Parts: sequence; structure tokens; C-alpha cells
Amino acid sequence: MSPESGPSLGTDFVSLLRSLGHDPFPSVTAEANGEQRVPPLTHGTTICALRYADGVVMAGDRRATAGNIIAHRTMEKIYPADRHSGVAIAGAAGAAMEMVRLFQLQLEHYEKLEGTALSFEGKANSLAQMVRSNLPAAMQMGMVVVPLFAGYDLRRRKGRIFTYDYSGGRYEETDYQAEGSGGRDARTTIKLGWRDGLSRGEAIELAIQGLYEAADEDSATGGPDPIRGIYPTMATITAEGFEEVPDPDLAERFSALIERKRATAGTAEQAAPPSRVAPRGGRRS
Amino acid sequence: MSMPFYVSPEQVMNDKAQYARKGIARGRSLCGIVYDQGILLAAENPSAVLHKISEIYDRIAFAGVGKYSEFDALRRAGVQFADVRGYQYSREDVDARSLANAYAQMMAHTFTNEMKPLEVEILVAEVGLTASEDQLFRITFDGVVLDEEHFSVIGGESEPIAERLKESWSEGLSLGDALRTARSALAGPDRTIETSSLEVAVLSRTNGRRAFRRIEGEPLTELLGS
Repeated sequence: MSPESGPSLGTDFVSLLRSLGHDPFPSVTAEANGEQRVPPLTHGTTICALRYADGVVMAGDRRATAGNIIAHRTMEKIYPADRHSGVAIAGAAGAAMEMVRLFQLQLEHYEKLEGTALSFEGKANSLAQMVRSNLPAAMQMGMVVVPLFAGYDLRRRKGRIFTYDYSGGRYEETDYQAEGSGGRDARTTIKLGWRDGLSRGEAIELAIQGLYEAADEDSATGGPDPIRGIYPTMATITAEGFEEVPDPDLAERFSALIERKRATAGTAEQAAPPSRVAPRGGRRS
Repeated sequence: MSMPFYVSPEQVMNDKAQYARKGIARGRSLCGIVYDQGILLAAENPSAVLHKISEIYDRIAFAGVGKYSEFDALRRAGVQFADVRGYQYSREDVDARSLANAYAQMMAHTFTNEMKPLEVEILVAEVGLTASEDQLFRITFDGVVLDEEHFSVIGGESEPIAERLKESWSEGLSLGDALRTARSALAGPDRTIETSSLEVAVLSRTNGRRAFRRIEGEPLTELLGS
């Protein structure tokens, strides 16, 4: 460390690490006989973000899977990126968590060096570069990371949501988005309930419904687990900053949802055929 | 070919030290004071954008006097040092002592090996989990590290200001009291410092992970008035 021959005078934390010999995105050289594998679909997650009157709500389930095994029941998938933005992750857990850590450091590093935070657009672009840097690992080892970036834009005074593809493509969503293997179900549920100017409570409720439906349809998405007291994580980001929705509040909302479902659902006995003999050619479990 | 004159090393060092001291004496002084919730840093600085005090890491702040471009380069190097160390190991492994040592190495190296010494003096402050763990390191232009207690003053007029602080500082000052103490110590008996030319920041135990906060505008006026 020296002021003149310092590693770099720029604000990019990743290039600083590279110049010191710690490349966070090493190029993958072990090619499988030269053949390139197609990245598998993102798995094991449902994350979503939706815009409401004061900003955005971000939510994610807690399950991590390794094949058909539940690897972890209490994964955190929603992280604060800085005071006014958050990042949610889907994809290969190790690579994704490292990317979040780097992204958080990048934003803080810039803020400290420059004395001012990056613009919202600047943060979204900086994350896109990280996703792109991860492309070799995604192509060759299937370590796909697909983040969801959302937060409150202090200049435009509104919530904003960005999604990415594994090649670093960056897309701004107007109102809501969900990613991961259960993303489709969550997205449809949110789509049906979304309108402009939702209140905080309504937005949280909608995210809860989205995650519930995703867990109902997708085996790799974890639903509410009242036995262990594990509930999806959720955060709101407004002009006041990133704030997690407290667990007891979520527990209460999820139990209310389950009660409502129970009150309206038909029971399994009613749905099953009366005979104990399974019909031929029927479904097997 | 002309032969260089012989100059004794002692003479060289004295000349360099004198040069550095002159440069530092041109700027206004700055102080760090321990108060009940952490460490207050206050500087006389007419500019609102060219800061003398800034954040290095979660619990560490940096303050410099002298030539702006030189201490700003030191500040950037410090942020890089701290962020890389925190990334490699953990956030808890970044401390003011190792940062102060790195600065001392750097400044001593420049002082002995370069033509021109750095015309800066810096302060590295770290707020601890309890008041007894608060740390203040003062590093002079030649790379000497001084571990100071309760308060630390850097800059051209540091001695008379430190004398005044020695009389007015007491254990468990509130933020407002610490701020007024700092202002009158920096100003001396014959003048007062305008609020607009006071740069103030704190490392406070109550601020969460990132302890550093600037105090400016309305809150600063209120604190000075109360």
C-alpha cells in the first residue's frame, strides 16, 4: 500500500482485487473435453420483488436443494446491497453468495472512495458486470447465478426492479418480477393481485401469496414451516432504507393465509375415489 | 563530471523535517475527542466538499491535515487496505492498529527514500465496543506512530490546542459538550470558529455496523447551540 504506486486509483473493487492477485472470478480452464455444457435452468428457489406506493418489497423462500435433497432449510436469499437497495439470489448458492458479498463491498468501496453513493442505474450496471464475469463458470460448470436487484431510487423517488440473465443482460421491470424454479407460479399470482399504488401491507400480503403458491407447485421452493418456525424472508426498501419484515409478523400472515386456504379447500377424502382399489393405469406415487 | 557535495544524513533529515513541518503548519489543525458514545472528530475547514475527515471502515475513521492531494491519496490507500483485508478474512479483522502501522511504514518510507517528504499528519481513530477500547493513533510525516488517549490533535498548532484540551476534557462528555470543547480548543481564546467552517464527524457506538456519520447543517447548529 502506497499512495503513488498504489494498486489502483479507480473505484472498482474487483479490479483492485485482481491487481493484488485475488481474482474473484477466475477463468475456468478445466474444459470437459472441449465440449461446452449448456447451463441448466436455475433451480431451487423462488425470489420475487414488487413495486408499491413507498418503494419495493423483496421476498424469497428459504430452501436450498442439492438434486432431490434439501440441503439447507434456512438459506437467506434477500440481502441488503446498501442502504437503499437489495439483492435477491437464485442459482448456484456458493457463487451467488460470493457475488452478493462482492457487490455489497463494491458499493461501499465506491461510496467511501468517492464520498457519494453510486446512482441506482450505476449500481444495476455494476451488478450486470459481475454476472457477466461469472459467465465462464456458468457455461462450463453450470454455476449460474441470476440475481434480482431492487431498491428505492432517491433521484427518481420510486421503487425500481432489475432482472438479469446469466450472460449479464440487464432488464428493468416496471412493476414486479419473480425468478427461480418457482418464479413462474409466484409471478402469475402476483400478476393477478398487482395494481399501481399498493400499500405496504397489501404488497407484503401479495408477496406471501406468491411464495405460497410457488412452494405449492415447485418442490424446490420451501413453503412456510410452522413446526420449525421457518418462514420466507422479506424486506421493504423505501426512502428510509432497507428494512426486514420481522419474523413474527410473517408468521402471523402465513398462518392467516393457511387458515383461509383451509376454510375454502375441499378435503382429500372428498376428492379421492371411494374405492380402496387403485384404478388401473392411474397415477402412482 | 562534477562530484556531488557531501551532505551529512543528519542534515538531509533535518532539512526534510523542516520542509514537512512548514507545509503542515500552513493548514488549520484538527482534533479527535473521546466522548460518551464514541469519538468525535472536528476540523476547521472552510470547504464543504474537500473533506479532511472521512470513513475508512465500519469502526475506523481517517483525518488528515496538510497537503490535500497527499492525505487524500493516503485515505484512498487506507480504504483499499481495509476493504481488501475485510474481504480476505472478515470484517472483524480490520483494525486501526494494523492500519496505523501500514500508514507508518508508508510515510516513513517516503520520508527516507523520496526527495520530498509528505507534508501531512494523520489521525486514525477506531471506536471500540466499550469506551475503554476507543483508540486514537496519530502518525506524523516521518512515520512516527503515537498512541494517544482521550484526545489527539494534529496540525501546525497542535501543541497549544492539546494544552487547552487537557484542561477542558473530562470523562463521559456528551456529544454537544465534546463538540463545544473541541470548537473552543481549536479556536483558542481570541476568536471563534463559524459553524459553516467547521467539519464534524463521529464514530458512534449507536450507529450500527458503520459507525461513521458526518454531522452538518441543521443538526450541527443544534448541537452547538444546546
